[in-house]
Amino acid sequence: MANGSLITDELRKLIGVTLETIVFKVEEGAIQRYAQAIGDPNPLYNDPDFASKTKYGRLLTPPGFTGWPVKAGRLSDRLLESLLKAGAPSRLLDGGVEFEFIEPVGAGDVLTATTKIANMTERETRLGKTMFTTLETTFVNKKGNVALKGRSAFILF
Amino acid sequence: MSKQVCYDDVEVGTEITPLAKVATTRMLVQWAGASGDFNPLHYDDDFAKAMGVGAPIVHGALKRAWLGHLMTDWIGEQGKLKKLSCQYRGMDYPRKMKTREEPHDGETWWCKGKVTKKYEQGGEHLVECEIWVENGKGEKTTPGSALVALPTRKRK
Repeated sequence: MANGSLITDELRKLIGVTLETIVFKVEEGAIQRYAQAIGDPNPLYNDPDFASKTKYGRLLTPPGFTGWPVKAGRLSDRLLESLLKAGAPSRLLDGGVEFEFIEPVGAGDVLTATTKIANMTERETRLGKTMFTTLETTFVNKKGNVALKGRSAFILF
Repeated sequence: MSKQVCYDDVEVGTEITPLAKVATTRMLVQWAGASGDFNPLHYDDDFAKAMGVGAPIVHGALKRAWLGHLMTDWIGEQGKLKKLSCQYRGMDYPRKMKTREEPHDGETWWCKGKVTKKYEQGGEHLVECEIWVENGKGEKTTPGSALVALPTRKRK
């Protein structure tokens, strides 16, 4: 870190590398509990009978539901550990998120979530020297189609 | 459900029907369980103090989910939410509980938004929106944006 950069060569090597692949099944009860916690009474997320008669044919997930427990697309302990090992600062804040919804996701769907580090930048902020990392997760359904994509920003300082 | 909003009905500046939310300590526990986010930052006073935020704070992801609720309510059955993004800029503190079900008086959060752009592309009628969660002081703690496709009454 002779030049004082937070982004070490070790960290730079992680950019673009797939760090985690998770396969999970979307559970009906998990969708309902998620919708209830948001306070969203939409029958598409809450009422399996109603949902089964719609064009979707099954309980739908509210936008941004990414499985339970939500590991996919989050900075899991394992991911954080790889960053720390490569020399990243250890204090962490959630910066924000960006979703692209391509196909509906519903109860019974099996998704394969692949997470990689899309980029890393750094700048001086009121927190001091601060590193910004974006994780990109692609969720592929059983048909082999990308159902959604998520980008999450993390602030390390 | 309210009546279906159509592409033809919206212009730049059109307001999205606001949605009120009250974050409570009880709701944060429920969200932790439903989302699987068990970070003590959102329920443990001592831990939250040690992390420098003073007291347990509302999950950013819950506010993001509220914005999802705002948009899917507004676009109705025939609308399609294509993109949703937000930034966790400001911290929010939940109301504490007075009884098992009822929170104390205090802050109400409003999810709001307005149309910033409308255009046709690839056979879809697209609408871009600026959205945000506003706290009791009127501060936008969670600004974001959304892209939706709406039905149209026009016949080609």
